[in-house]
Amino acid sequence: MTKTVTDVVCPFCGTLCDDLEVVVSDDGKKLFEVYNACAIGAEKFLHSQAADRLTRPRMRQDDGSWKEISYDEAIEYTARMLADAKKPLMYGWSSTNCEAQAVGSEIGEMVGAVMDNTATVCHGTSLIAVQDIGIPSCTLGEVKNRADRILFWGCNPAHAHPRHMSRYSIFPRGFFTGKGHTGRKMIVVDPRPTDTARIADVHLQIEQGRDYELLDAFRVAFKGEKLPDVVAGIPKEKIYEAADMLKSGRFAIIFFGMGVTQSLGKNHNIDAAIAVTRDLNEYTKAAIMPMRGHYNVTGSGQVWGWLFGFPYAVDLSRGFARYNPGETTSNDLLRRGEVDAVFVLGSDPGAHFPFSSVKEIYNLPSVAVEPHETPTTEVCKVHVPVAFVGVEVGGCAYRMDNVPIETRKVVEPPEGMLTDEEFLDRVLARVKEIKGV
Amino acid sequence: MAEYLIKNGFVFDPVLGIKGDKADVAIKDGKIVETNALRAPEVIDAAGKTVMAGGVDIHAHVAGPKVNIGRNFRPEDKLFTYKPGRGIERMQGGFSVPTTIRTGYNYARMGYTTVMEAAMPPLYARHTHEEMRDTPILDQGAYPVFGNNWFVLEYLKNHEIENTAAYIAWLLRATKGYAVKVVNPGGTEAWGWGLNCENVHDPVPYFDITPAQIVKGLIEANEYLGLPHSMHVHANNLGNPGNYTTTLDTFKLSEGIKPNSKFGRDQVMHHTHVQFHSYGGENWGNMESKATEIMDYVNSHDNITIDIGQVTLDETTTMTADGPFEHHLTELNHLKWANSDVELETAAGVVPYVYSPGIKVCAIQWCIGLELGLLAKDPMRVFISTDHPNAGPFIRYPRVIKWLMSQEAREQQFNAFKHKDKVIEATNLAGIDRELDLYEVAQMTRAGPAKALGLAHMYGGLAPGMEADVAIYAFNPNAPYAPDDIETAFLNAEHLFKTGVQVIRDHEIASNGNKRTLWVNARVNENPQVMRDVKEKFLRYYTVTLNNYEVTGHHYLPNPYVIEVDATQ
Repeated sequence: MTKTVTDVVCPFCGTLCDDLEVVVSDDGKKLFEVYNACAIGAEKFLHSQAADRLTRPRMRQDDGSWKEISYDEAIEYTARMLADAKKPLMYGWSSTNCEAQAVGSEIGEMVGAVMDNTATVCHGTSLIAVQDIGIPSCTLGEVKNRADRILFWGCNPAHAHPRHMSRYSIFPRGFFTGKGHTGRKMIVVDPRPTDTARIADVHLQIEQGRDYELLDAFRVAFKGEKLPDVVAGIPKEKIYEAADMLKSGRFAIIFFGMGVTQSLGKNHNIDAAIAVTRDLNEYTKAAIMPMRGHYNVTGSGQVWGWLFGFPYAVDLSRGFARYNPGETTSNDLLRRGEVDAVFVLGSDPGAHFPFSSVKEIYNLPSVAVEPHETPTTEVCKVHVPVAFVGVEVGGCAYRMDNVPIETRKVVEPPEGMLTDEEFLDRVLARVKEIKGV
Repeated sequence: MAEYLIKNGFVFDPVLGIKGDKADVAIKDGKIVETNALRAPEVIDAAGKTVMAGGVDIHAHVAGPKVNIGRNFRPEDKLFTYKPGRGIERMQGGFSVPTTIRTGYNYARMGYTTVMEAAMPPLYARHTHEEMRDTPILDQGAYPVFGNNWFVLEYLKNHEIENTAAYIAWLLRATKGYAVKVVNPGGTEAWGWGLNCENVHDPVPYFDITPAQIVKGLIEANEYLGLPHSMHVHANNLGNPGNYTTTLDTFKLSEGIKPNSKFGRDQVMHHTHVQFHSYGGENWGNMESKATEIMDYVNSHDNITIDIGQVTLDETTTMTADGPFEHHLTELNHLKWANSDVELETAAGVVPYVYSPGIKVCAIQWCIGLELGLLAKDPMRVFISTDHPNAGPFIRYPRVIKWLMSQEAREQQFNAFKHKDKVIEATNLAGIDRELDLYEVAQMTRAGPAKALGLAHMYGGLAPGMEADVAIYAFNPNAPYAPDDIETAFLNAEHLFKTGVQVIRDHEIASNGNKRTLWVNARVNENPQVMRDVKEKFLRYYTVTLNNYEVTGHHYLPNPYVIEVDATQ
């Protein structure tokens, strides 16, 4: 027999859907089916059941092969590595719960690590822009219940956040939005003809790397001032039309993604996008929100915010917290050879960092705490498989609008497997012993 | 647990009525006890020193989403303020929005042991609890906001008090909240459309209810339940010249309502940071103090308590659930603005602000706060606060105490104002020569707020049976002192006990304490209508499911202290 667990929270992307239903065996040891999730989310649950899943830590041998080791040995290696290092990098923290993040932060504080999360290659630029100009934002329910002007800039939720449009932004019928998508106008700014752009009322197919110009042009258009005939590849008539569409709404929202945070201009683009939102508030109500990727990258920024005061790139190596993106960010540290050990949890830099950074990880003492086999685990000295957060253990995660939701445990992890938090707790205890505190 | 005997201090305790006499305080098993109940106590020599109960802060923004926005979007707030960890002390940073670790330590250093988080958006309750969990030493609770909540607006439109009460009880349990907080009633919902409610009769768009109906209804629902604390309000029209009439209109909504609470409070309305609500004039040019009119009302109505919201003349970070106000402020000072509207419930804004002694309006604000404190006839109903961090960081409380205790200190500050004469003309402070004594300070920072919170049986005094929260300051009230000696002493407690644990020893943090989270579990009769409404709203309008809404679990409240209220009838 089976049973169905309801209200399950999906630990994949920042949309953090919490309406999944998962069918598990009566004894809670096997997971069979996942309902309501998108294809990516469902796969994450089902993948926990893979027959070839690693269940014990392993250490790279001199000849390049793996040797299985015990958790105790893995804890000893990790604690020694961190305690002996002058300036270890503790990276990732985006696919785990806030409790693990808090314990990891305590370890980082004790060993003088640099704490960095995946925002460093994603929305870190947005965080910098927010420090420049602030951010008028809202929860996704405000979008659902009020918004009638939706702008997606440099993001493609149809593929990256598959249920975003149906749950929050385009299709749902909310309190003041009873007509659903027919009551909403949708604008997409993207150089690519994406599946998101295909359903938009207006697609501004911008020249790549010209986001700043177009954002500025919107500010000019709001004021009814003169524009050149073409800005960023868009005829001025289309810009005026889109600007009027935004101004004439009751509630406008801009969602933006890595197409604008990591292209030419970076944080300056986001400065401009937030300025556009501020300007819109002179005429109507407007908000802006980054489309955060990992399901709990937002949470790691929150945890470090309250513990250290900075959302990413936190250098604790001097005994107090410093923050200087460009200096204390992971890739800059790795490529300058400034760190002497690398600890990765809840992320895959091996797949997403430049090759020069990955090579540096390969050359350093390194530990990857990760349920899957990934490009990162391939270059690390020790790989510690752990239980899947949100599948095999619960814990707090923050949605892209900063709303914290408690993820659920739906199935037992393979016997004897530790969770992120349990592993970190034991590393912390061992580090304390080594440091004599 | 260890026993302590604090000997020969000058004790100031409004609960026992001790006004600076030499007395001994005995601690055993986390409680204050009679001195003869001790067997082999560790003796703390407090001769020549001031002894008080641990401080109680009734209103501060110290944990939760908007506080963390303030931290994360102001790296400059950490500049020159970081302190490395040492021994059991973890690293600490930030000035106006300190890290949670510093929040706990700094309150302890000032001799405070209980701090209430003043505004918790219900949907973000987990975040607030996580931050409180990581704030060492202090006992804390958080007030969920109700004044713009769609359930409340719909029930109170028809004056459905019983339903409102049942919903309050449900939400307090779901969020593990402590009290009913109201911020800019109706105005913050209007902010969902970029609008505001500017006075108590300004209707809320769509919902067809006025702020007056919301405030009065929530007072009645609060008394229907008999909660420990009263309804706690930040009225409409904050921070605008001429707003004192709105404040008086709000006060008047409490008239004729008597407290119904077994927890010993006498008020039915606590109005917070009244300094921001006591302005006369029509514009910033002729803005003036109306503290006299405000305090005339407060002094003659004993079912109201207030806290002052003293401006401390610092660079700080304003943050409030009054969304439209923060937008107004960023238009005024052109500094960065964060806003966060929360579905069906509330909103929040955050804007940095510099209260400069060179600006006339800031100096007038400074005067108004002190006037409120100095015109108070009953210090058990008027409390010291800075609405941290809105009017200034909490770490300035000792400075506020100095100003209230010393006319000389006030004159020094007057002389530092650029527009001294204009400021004196627009205010009453220069003509007030009252200097508070330490007993009155203990009323305003200990016994008064504890009583208003319905926690007089635990906090704010040194009577046997109460929690052993005791602060010892290196301050001899009977020896000559300069005004700055007051600030120095109250900034730096020599010893502090929290529930019987010595957390500060010889001015150093000696323990991370035994922090507790207070919440109120109000039991009401089953109410199928409210539960049906809750289910429907979650199904149709919230973006989280009902089953994922309630805060449960050890990692949010590792050490809860539940106050039970029985409102079943």
